[in-house]
Amino acid sequence: MRHIISVLVENKFGVLARVAGLFSGRGYNIDSLCVAPTDDPTVSRMTIVTAGDEKIIEQIEKQLNKLVDTIKVSDLTHTTHVERELLLVKVRHKGKRSEVIEIADIFRAKIIDVAKDYITLEMTGDEEKLSGLIDLLKSFEIVELIRTGKVAITRAEK
Amino acid sequence: MKQGAEILIDTLLKEGVETIFGYQGGAVLPIFDVLYRTKELRVVLVRHEQAAAHAADGYARATGKVGVCLATSGPGSTNLVTGIATAYMDSIPIIALTGQVPSTMIGNDAFQEADIVGITRPITKQNYLVKRVEDLGRLVKEAFYIARSGRPGPVLIDIPKDVSTNKCKSKILEAVSLRSYNPTYKGHSLQIKRATEAIARAKKPVIYAGGGVISSNASDKLKELVEKTHIPVTNTLMGLGSFPAAHPLFIGMLGMHGTKYANFAVSEADLLIAIGARFDDRITGKMEEFAKSATIIHIDIDPSEISKNIKCHIPIVGDVGLILEELNKIISPPEISEWLSKISEWKKDYPLTYKEDGELRPQYVIEEICKLTNGEAIITTEVGQNQMWAAQYYKFNKPRRFLSSGGLGTMGYGFPAAIGAQVANPGAIVFDIAGDGSIQMNIQELATCVQEKLPVKIAILNNQYLGMVRQWQELFYDKRYSHTDISVAPDFVKLAEAYGILGIRVDKKEDVEKAIKKALAYKGPVLLDFRICRLENVFPMVPAGAALTQMVDGIA
Repeated sequence: MRHIISVLVENKFGVLARVAGLFSGRGYNIDSLCVAPTDDPTVSRMTIVTAGDEKIIEQIEKQLNKLVDTIKVSDLTHTTHVERELLLVKVRHKGKRSEVIEIADIFRAKIIDVAKDYITLEMTGDEEKLSGLIDLLKSFEIVELIRTGKVAITRAEK
Repeated sequence: MKQGAEILIDTLLKEGVETIFGYQGGAVLPIFDVLYRTKELRVVLVRHEQAAAHAADGYARATGKVGVCLATSGPGSTNLVTGIATAYMDSIPIIALTGQVPSTMIGNDAFQEADIVGITRPITKQNYLVKRVEDLGRLVKEAFYIARSGRPGPVLIDIPKDVSTNKCKSKILEAVSLRSYNPTYKGHSLQIKRATEAIARAKKPVIYAGGGVISSNASDKLKELVEKTHIPVTNTLMGLGSFPAAHPLFIGMLGMHGTKYANFAVSEADLLIAIGARFDDRITGKMEEFAKSATIIHIDIDPSEISKNIKCHIPIVGDVGLILEELNKIISPPEISEWLSKISEWKKDYPLTYKEDGELRPQYVIEEICKLTNGEAIITTEVGQNQMWAAQYYKFNKPRRFLSSGGLGTMGYGFPAAIGAQVANPGAIVFDIAGDGSIQMNIQELATCVQEKLPVKIAILNNQYLGMVRQWQELFYDKRYSHTDISVAPDFVKLAEAYGILGIRVDKKEDVEKAIKKALAYKGPVLLDFRICRLENVFPMVPAGAALTQMVDGIA
């Protein structure tokens, strides 16, 4: 099963390598990984999407916690949270520019670059929404597609 | 203003370091230059950096203190790698100091440059590349704190040459505090209570004690627990000495080459109390069959060990010593007289034995060493048959007397580790039980022994084979002895003499006692070459992947 693990780490040189090495050294897979400093510049947030059974996920969490530079590990999968991912996609529209624009409108994707035969879209959303857009764009020609990997945040208590 | 190298040495002294095991080189010249005038620090100059790491490890295991080794950049640092990995697998606190090319040249493929921080990342508890001299003192202090606290382990500090020569105002921090690193020491009281309830109910309990008891210095508390409950104790290889072998409730080592009675007891137990042990595959055999009718209590400082290999029912995370102390306060003994008599019967029916005839057998050599040292020596081992025979036949009654590479299984560990142990305990008898294969992996350290006047005794159990591998070939590869015959070897006695130490060859069983006595009476290092019967095997044995009850032995 897919899990979203959110890790607060010291924003220090070598920490990302330790985390990545932990996964590769133990044969765990990273589906996506996002890293950036938080509001406190000495702390970074890593959002890791990985897959495995309960036993593997438990080990991943424990091994992450064991790293000297790890401040906090939380598995967001079973808590209420919001996920987002940013997508950039360059499409060759083959003369059907207006159709692409129409699809972009429906998905509330932004047009960020236009050339004679190309159009580049930007969209933020959850996985379902992103895949929906990608599926429809497949009837044109996707020249390049870039996803940032997921970030996620827990919902505040109402 | 002080130079980086001076700050380094000041900090080491402040941390209580008395000895450094090291080797010279270009990138560590400034550090050795300061050591040249630092009379409070003994520098043991090894002959290969691997030995420096193992010696620091042996020093740490024998004393409980942090061992320190020092090597130059590039090949100096990569030669430390096996020793660091050995320490990591067995949770031994060492500090590895490495020189690095000047910071402005890092990444340029400079002469003797290697990314040792990258290389050692998976085999260190933490490691650092020191980028500014201002950070050096703090990071060294932090490194010692991390190495010795929580689950101990090796920490590497890579110091570019300009960092050790640059100057800054030196201020040594008094305490280290890290927001991201706070090991749990105190056990959860509710879990401790649950454990006592399970113990009181148990009919067939066994304590399975490992190296964590030793690193937590908790042997007395373990003994107290056993005396209060009369629960029999088995040790892992790493745990040997944590509980007295002479105690009537000791049932020996368990696992692949454990005693039959320990393996039977664990397999039939209804309660297994794992203390500072990690359910290694050499212990469990077939995981699904291991202690399968037992409730498992697991006391360990590392949460990631809980239910890693075997599902645990009552985990207690924290320091073994502190938890046992709490447990001992509220424990009530179970009713287990039937179980104990069953174990006594197993002990009687399946003793650890070997063929006692006129042949020179390795088990006999170990028994004689044990007898003639009153079981009081510090024993180091290499890896393979020598290690298992030493573990089976030397009776360890105190902790920190058996130093062996358990997790990584490093051939070549024993001799340099003996050097480290001897430096730490100048008055003790230190014996390296070696094989003829292993000893050749760090034989160059004979010169270190001579130079440092270390009276280490080496007992080579010489069968002219890579014996343990040959044993597997005999049992599982139809006696196809592919590349395990090492009978082309030096004359070890002459080799010893070439280094200026005493060498004694023993070919006959009746000469064993005399030779050991001579070695013990001799003031300097001694190499004993025991020409044992070539095809002796280590038994009993659980074949890899089999259940603990499926032991084979080949005593004719």
